Amino acid sequence: MSDPPRVLLIGYGNPGRGDDGLGPALARAIAGGAAAGVTVEFPYQLQVEDAQTVAAHDLVVFADADAAATASFTCRRLEPAGRPSWTTHALAPAAVLALARDVFGATPPAFLIGVRGYVFDDFGEELSSRAQENLAAAVAWLTPRLRDPRATLLDPLAASLTQG
Amino acid sequence: MASSARTKRVVIEPVTRVEGHGKVTILLDENDEVRQARLHIVEFRGFERFIQGRPFWELPVLVQRLCGICPVSHHLCAAKAVDGIIGVDTLTPTADKMRRLMHYGQIFQSHALHFFHLASPDLLFGFDAEPAKRNIIALAAENRDLARQGILMRRYGQEIIKATAGKKVHGTGAIPGGINKNLTLAERDALLPELDQMKAWAREAIDLARGYTEDHLDLVTDFASFDSNHLGLVTPAGGLELYDGDLRAIDADGAVIFDHVENDRYLEYLGEEVRSWSYMKFPFIRSIGPEEGWYRVGPLARVNLCDRIDTPEAEAARRDFKAMTGGRPNHDSMAYHWARMVETMHAIEMIERLLNDPDLQGTDLVVSGERRDEAVGIIEAPRGTLFHHYRVDENDQVTMANLIVSTTSNNEPMNRAVEAVARKYLNKREITEGLLNHVEVAIRAYDPCLSCATHALGQMPLRVDLLDHEERLISRVEREAG
Repeated sequence: MSDPPRVLLIGYGNPGRGDDGLGPALARAIAGGAAAGVTVEFPYQLQVEDAQTVAAHDLVVFADADAAATASFTCRRLEPAGRPSWTTHALAPAAVLALARDVFGATPPAFLIGVRGYVFDDFGEELSSRAQENLAAAVAWLTPRLRDPRATLLDPLAASLTQG
Repeated sequence: MASSARTKRVVIEPVTRVEGHGKVTILLDENDEVRQARLHIVEFRGFERFIQGRPFWELPVLVQRLCGICPVSHHLCAAKAVDGIIGVDTLTPTADKMRRLMHYGQIFQSHALHFFHLASPDLLFGFDAEPAKRNIIALAAENRDLARQGILMRRYGQEIIKATAGKKVHGTGAIPGGINKNLTLAERDALLPELDQMKAWAREAIDLARGYTEDHLDLVTDFASFDSNHLGLVTPAGGLELYDGDLRAIDADGAVIFDHVENDRYLEYLGEEVRSWSYMKFPFIRSIGPEEGWYRVGPLARVNLCDRIDTPEAEAARRDFKAMTGGRPNHDSMAYHWARMVETMHAIEMIERLLNDPDLQGTDLVVSGERRDEAVGIIEAPRGTLFHHYRVDENDQVTMANLIVSTTSNNEPMNRAVEAVARKYLNKREITEGLLNHVEVAIRAYDPCLSCATHALGQMPLRVDLLDHEERLISRVEREAG
């Protein structure tokens, strides 16, 4: 029996800024029931060294707050891409994938889950009530898929999404 | 400061991840010439209010929420202030050196990230290269080894932070009066093997920054270059000090304005002006006044104002840097990159020194003292001098917090840098890619802190708005970051 695929879930965002903490909240919720072979991280933001971590996995799922989505959450396939930045305080998941490809020679399939948030202007660790509902929907959708990552690899996450 | 009715506004809006949290406004005069540039960042003062009422012992952990890039700086700065609250002026050798190791790891990783992520694409591909090429992805495609070494330098610094603070981001190592762990021999031995490689890469980065400057001297000295005062910490002997020194300020010619000012006296020498058009404070040197008393902080200021660096390779690099301007302070915004690499070498040399110091395996970690109601901590964060000033009440709750981050001090220099770029590249009533490119280059040299930035998808653009004299939008260019 072969080893299970190595799955990486990175939920990023600032938990001290209201709904911006949706990414880490999703990652923490998943972490408790994560299947074997699923690595869960919840940084404030993505950084260049995440490319090395990404390159060491077979499937990568990024999770972030989304201030504009029309659904409670979305999931889409990501491809490596880069663009200029004026700050070290932001790195897009597609850029992390590009670095994983160009520097570490790995292009694992990757997906981005965006959970709709509403309140970003305040300090505080509470998610808004609507964001909590969206988070619960995203967790319920993602959890079983990560428990069966081999199927996930064969049947990509995004293809099975009916927006919640 | 209100603009005249005839003044036209050009708004450049490098927002944090929440719309409207930061922007640069360029004011045009009635002849469409650039009159003034302003940077707005509105987040920070909210955080000062946020921490009021919290128990002071929470501060070293709580304040790390200010930033995902340099939380260690806030962690250590708050810890230093809290040391003062509990009456501790001197830590045990193990605690002091563990904190310093954490700090040098932070400097090393942050400087490496900045240089390879932001600066090197500009240096290697040029300011006018197409946007698709001016980023670390293009760097990785064209120079895989350089991109890789940047990533691995950043990772090495993060590993040092993890070994000293417990976690790579938002650790808990520094506690009131000391540190909560020493460095185990296993942790030390895991870090030692890569030291020589890190030093070699730091050496190459200095050569890259220096070589670029020498090869493009006309460009570097003409791009966002302007005289300023400089502020930073120094050792008692006047050397570069990043963790625990006294304040020194010099003027544009290098003359000392004040020197060896103890941390808790900073308000005697520095004032903070509030202006109606910005939430951001404007610090200034009191003896000069708010109009002319603004100053630079960060690598450029620190290398300009110190008399020496107490590690051999960084000191040699500092001397080369100083020789470029004949000993006068360097005032080129682009010189931040070279100075940053001088400090990167200093950081790795200090890491080497500390890793070989048996005090790090000591077990005397915490001391206590007599409780005080007020204290100040100052540290040199990667981007510049960081101030944490707290008052607490009899219930140990914070009643006042005054934080000055490096971006606050560099606010006016960044205004000037953007203004200089706009004067040169703004083409009347149109925001061009060229202007946007050069504004980005100027901002990147300083890499402003985006305190408490939020991270929702698609909300980190650099946006350039051109408004006519009646503040109607007539041109806009926007580019997402990252």
